[in-house]
Amino acid sequence: MKKSGLALISGITFGVGLSVSQMVNPAKVQNFLDITGNWDPSLAFVMIGALTVAVVAFRWIMKRPAPVFDTEFNVATHKEVDRPLLIGAALFGIGWGMTGFCPGPAVAGIGLQMSEAFLMVGAVYIGFLLHRLFTGK
Amino acid sequence: MENFTPVSALIGGALIGLSASILLLFTGRMAGVSGIMEGVLSHAGRERIWRLLFLLGLIIGAFLYQLSNPSFFTPRDGYPVWLLIVGGILVGFGTRMGRGCTSGHGICGIANFSIRSIYATLIFMATGIATVYVLRHLLGVVT
Repeated sequence: MKKSGLALISGITFGVGLSVSQMVNPAKVQNFLDITGNWDPSLAFVMIGALTVAVVAFRWIMKRPAPVFDTEFNVATHKEVDRPLLIGAALFGIGWGMTGFCPGPAVAGIGLQMSEAFLMVGAVYIGFLLHRLFTGK
Repeated sequence: MENFTPVSALIGGALIGLSASILLLFTGRMAGVSGIMEGVLSHAGRERIWRLLFLLGLIIGAFLYQLSNPSFFTPRDGYPVWLLIVGGILVGFGTRMGRGCTSGHGICGIANFSIRSIYATLIFMATGIATVYVLRHLLGVVT
């Protein structure tokens, strides 16, 4: 119950952050990726802002034996850089460039009543299901 | 450079970092949006509920910001639907195969000094840049 409440608060904070930073504007995202054109480097500052906070906070949080409302941290620990990681990231980047949307802004865009966001979320779920079909998982 | 907005980007980014820190501190989970989206399908009960609430929060957060600042950006119009569908499918497929997206690898993973996430982030940035280059400057299908 408390865990769900905190997930909601975290999600709202994330949604405001995506909006304030204009990550929800797919044209701006494509302008950020367009380094040889009329480049808009603004969104690099989203990463700088997010990492500055998260690097410091994560160090402090991970010193705890457990999170506040659970018995253990559920964090990926494997270190192997394998083919699925590299190919998957490459395919994701192609889709990101084609649309200007990564998953967070696609969901947040529903709150902005963007028709593109509804289409995007539907297509992302089709991609999830296709991946299941291909891998049998 | 007329649309350069480093200050709002920095503030928004800090809020995203805060959000990821809240989720990790209280629930022990990484705020990777693609993984949370997929988890709604692959989990049931309480494990599904918190994920649904996080995603609902994304929608509410954007909606609340739009209420306070209705004209913060003008959505583009007439973007090719086929690009959204094919690109969206690649985003879904790629983030499952590579186990993460901009938030999970680019922010949470790197903040956790994950070597996998650093590789993933460099690669999706590179293919994203290459894709926009092809679409805008070689094919001219996107403005």
